Amino acid sequence: MSVKADSKKEKTDRCCDGPCDLDVAKIRADFPILSRQVNGKRLIYLDSAATTQKPESVIRAITEYYSLHNANVHRGIHTLADEATTAYENTRHKIAAFINSDYEEIVYTRNATEALNTIAFSYGRAHLKPGDRIVITQMEHHANLVPWIMLSKETGAELAYIPITDDGYLDLSHIGEIINSKTKIVSLTHMSNVLGTINPVEEIAELAHKAGAVIVLDAAQSVPHLAVDVKALNIDFMAFSAHKMLGPTGLGILYGRRELLNDLQPFEFGGEMIRKVTFDDVTWNDLPYKFEAGTPHIAGAYAFGPAIDYLNELGMDNIRAHEIELTRYTLNRLAELDFIKVYGPTDPNHRGGAVTFNDVNIHPHDLATFLDTQGIAVRAGHHCAQPLHRLLGTVATTRASFYMYNTKSEVDLLTEALKESRRYFGYV
Amino acid sequence: MSERLDQLYRDVIMEHYKFPRGSKDIENADMDNQGQNPACGDEIEVKVKLEGDRVKDVSVSCMGCAISVASGSMLAEVIEGKTLAEVKKIAKVVKALVKGEELPEDIDIHELGDIEVLQGVRKFPVRVKCALLSWTTLVDAIDSFEAGTTTELNISTTEEGHANHNHAH
Repeated sequence: MSVKADSKKEKTDRCCDGPCDLDVAKIRADFPILSRQVNGKRLIYLDSAATTQKPESVIRAITEYYSLHNANVHRGIHTLADEATTAYENTRHKIAAFINSDYEEIVYTRNATEALNTIAFSYGRAHLKPGDRIVITQMEHHANLVPWIMLSKETGAELAYIPITDDGYLDLSHIGEIINSKTKIVSLTHMSNVLGTINPVEEIAELAHKAGAVIVLDAAQSVPHLAVDVKALNIDFMAFSAHKMLGPTGLGILYGRRELLNDLQPFEFGGEMIRKVTFDDVTWNDLPYKFEAGTPHIAGAYAFGPAIDYLNELGMDNIRAHEIELTRYTLNRLAELDFIKVYGPTDPNHRGGAVTFNDVNIHPHDLATFLDTQGIAVRAGHHCAQPLHRLLGTVATTRASFYMYNTKSEVDLLTEALKESRRYFGYV
Repeated sequence: MSERLDQLYRDVIMEHYKFPRGSKDIENADMDNQGQNPACGDEIEVKVKLEGDRVKDVSVSCMGCAISVASGSMLAEVIEGKTLAEVKKIAKVVKALVKGEELPEDIDIHELGDIEVLQGVRKFPVRVKCALLSWTTLVDAIDSFEAGTTTELNISTTEEGHANHNHAH
């Protein structure tokens, strides 16, 4: 597989005129679903922040696993069990290298939500007492909000929020008072799934550590789209999902610093996660297995390997450059439409490729239904961030989100469809 | 444009959306219930004032899409003057209509105002909840109103598994 652009080749469906070096036409050919029709139109998939489409290599891997290697991991002596275990652990090594951690620091979960719950209820329960403080932000997805609300109620620790500015950034003007000496956990999104905002994680990590708190990163939207280095960011825990980065659904990743994971009590109990069990007591297995109770999503881990290979081959910096250019182009095109209000930062360098907007008259549901009949898949609703939407003064928004396979011509088709929807619903 | 879409967004729907009936708030309502569509965050409040067991006045306040607003507007238009039993029956008809299920034989759909056009929702299964939001909110309100007045009904309501959302705002 060679998906880098050939500089001598004419690039007809090239994404951008910027510094990006991807041959998008060639990339698109790797994604079978992108050639299907939806409602009689070519599919324009603009919902990658919800889940990304999968390249052929990942789809093939699922079949390959069940056709050739299917066995339970870490339990068998036979050849299949050995092959399954090796492949399962190989992916763990790839994930570790991808975010610059050690492989013992990578725990497989069901999804990013389960990873965040594990942190809240393993680390949080053990370390919080009444009067302590948990700090999160006003732009969190429910996955990084509800567990902390529940933990706060359970432990008596108070929950404090870093507010947001009108232009969609974190408001750090009172950050020193918010992250105070009572703070034990600071948890925030790296990249907002609604506003697209990329948050200054290193700066907040430093403040958290100074206060004696650990910092948790919800990286579900960032790890798929830009190079993330857990050591450079200086974070303690991180959560993300395979299915938002070309991999299968049902597989999430919890990263934790080794010292922290070693001290941590597991959250779920059963097989696989134990070393020794008597009728009265148990000894936990080593890292990371003590957090992986029961038979895991082995096929998912198997198929996540080629997903990471695919990203590495393209290069995360190229993917990021492509998305910056596509986002810049989208923001410019949407700015031409006086009936569209865009949320979040206007500088594409400060944000990811999830662009949230509203038509001033047409409700997002109606708009999304209309766009769907044009083959355009966008997300409409509160994007699992109801409190943030209340701040934005609306109950729902429309979101177009990109990945390496999207093109400027798709953005043009979206723009035209938005104009057409005005005519259709009788506002022109 | 697709015929399927045209069936959903009939002129009648858009007219109700742009000029919803029952949008005037009423005071001293006998029933007041809020409903949410958890899938999208749409919010609705339905208030009913009774005269005897008949609906005297209705107010529907909806932050939602064309389908949910239009359906709420039709609700306000059609239930005025009806008994609570009749209202519940109409709600069942609407549910069957938008889901494409068989309608009860003893109901003449043409007597229910514009409600017939809601059947365009059938071809859009993800939008069925939008069309039913106002109706389920109203039926919940009636159920808890009735449950609050007689103990026997309260028991039967619980057995039917109806949720009481009155205090869940």
